[in-house]
Amino acid sequence: MRLGRILWFAVLAIALGASGAANWLAPAGYAKQYREATDARPSAEHWLGTDELGRDRFARVLYGTRISLLLAPAAALLSTLLAALIGGLAGYLGGVWSRIAMAVTDLFLSLPWLFLLITVRALMPLNVSPFVSVLVTFLLLGLLGWTVAARVLCASAASVRSSDFVRQAKAAGLSGQRLFWVHVVPNLKPVLYAQFWISIPVFILSEANLGILGLGVAEPMPSWGSLLKELESLVSVGAEPWKFVPLVLLVLVVTSFQILLSKQEEAAG
Amino acid sequence: MFWLKAQRENKMHSLHRKIAGHLLALLATVLFGGLLSATLVRLAPGFDADERVLDPHLNAASTHALEGARHRDDNILYFYFSYLIRAGHGDLGNSSALGQPVRALLRERLPLTVRLLGIGLGLSWLLASMLALSAAWLRLSIYDAMTTIVSGGLLCLPAAVLALLSVLWNLPGSIAIALIVFPHTYRYAHNLLVKIYSRPHILAARARGLSEVRILFRHVVPVVMPQMFALAGVSVSMAIGAAIPVEALCGLPGIGALAWQAALARDLPLLVNITILVTLVTLLANSSADVIGSMLRGQEA
Repeated sequence: MRLGRILWFAVLAIALGASGAANWLAPAGYAKQYREATDARPSAEHWLGTDELGRDRFARVLYGTRISLLLAPAAALLSTLLAALIGGLAGYLGGVWSRIAMAVTDLFLSLPWLFLLITVRALMPLNVSPFVSVLVTFLLLGLLGWTVAARVLCASAASVRSSDFVRQAKAAGLSGQRLFWVHVVPNLKPVLYAQFWISIPVFILSEANLGILGLGVAEPMPSWGSLLKELESLVSVGAEPWKFVPLVLLVLVVTSFQILLSKQEEAAG
Repeated sequence: MFWLKAQRENKMHSLHRKIAGHLLALLATVLFGGLLSATLVRLAPGFDADERVLDPHLNAASTHALEGARHRDDNILYFYFSYLIRAGHGDLGNSSALGQPVRALLRERLPLTVRLLGIGLGLSWLLASMLALSAAWLRLSIYDAMTTIVSGGLLCLPAAVLALLSVLWNLPGSIAIALIVFPHTYRYAHNLLVKIYSRPHILAARARGLSEVRILFRHVVPVVMPQMFALAGVSVSMAIGAAIPVEALCGLPGIGALAWQAALARDLPLLVNITILVTLVTLLANSSADVIGSMLRGQEA
């Protein structure tokens, strides 16, 4: 079991390391076109062939991995902070605040995640620069993905609030603000960490869904979602297997997150 | 006798209160969800633009009429309340992008989505419950590992990829829905059944020589049913979410594809109606699961 975890950690480390070293490992930039070799098969020059615009697929996979693996944690951080603010405060304050916050959370939860994400993303500007599209996509994931974490944090904060040491601190005359920052927040840290790590694979998969539907990162910038869009042009699964490399990489990375985070999930309840 | 009757009446009263509470919450959430979706569409960039006014065949009066119709939707509260009044009379408005009554569009597309979701959900529940039950019965670590690998692998695939693969393999869209929902339902059902089967009373029943079928129907099913109903409610929401990429990528003309087109075209009347419909179905599924679960728990008690 321990060896298995080490192996999955190695997979994640290799993916992170390779994407971080994309500038050195890739034969060219992600947007460079080899016009004489469009839609080429894998060769010594282009390890994974080229796409229909003649761009090196290996380079695009490396740079795409970098974007997805850097920005999914950033979106997870934003959503966890929002969840901590909304859920943590609601649980700590209790009463009408808790009811209002949870009603808003329920409203968001009543809409299926993919429906909400796709609808809101489609309403955002689509004809924007690649850099802005990356920001819009991952900001949206962070801004919409806080609801489940907020529910968990609200329940955790409410249980901390009703614990004996908080009652004692209150009786000793500690101010509400100090009580929140010194006694409640440190006790929420394990749940916050767990929610942060759990959100990363969810956001990686969500970005991939958006990318395949053409609502993710704009061309020519690559991401796992935009790279997977290429699968739409396949006529059969076995015809061009190298086009499945981004998918295999995504599955390996998400699996390693799921396996390495199974303990965190238990902590998050 | 009097005490038993009073207790039963108390139970019925609390169940009625629960149902009434659910209905009120459902109504408030649906109305607020509709308003939120209308506001989002109104604030979306490009909402004011209407490509029809660029048509050189239209005269000034027609262009003016089109602009006037668009400006009526500017005040979001006015739009929403007039929409609600019209909806009360059965008029759901006209789709601005497709130029057809929303009611007709929904009526035309709904059967396909209902069929897709019905078959997909049925298949995923059947597969999840059969595999979870067999894993709990057999208690073979290799079988457990295999089912966990299959469900874990499916969990790591984006819903849109499963939709694309179903197109490549010429599989119906309902199979894609089933494969998207299955890993979530399987994981929960498997954990639940393993937990129940390791309880002391089940071990005692086995030691006494009770048949597996008897143990299943007398001691396992009554305990897991409330939680399985809750899971069924949640899986409806998952399936509705999955219907968008599946219908959009498989070229199926259902509600999911319609929602997709409406969002891209910033079609306010259509999107508000679809959001209300989706919220209503999701909440109804969850509330029904909750009420049925409460009833079953009450019976068990």
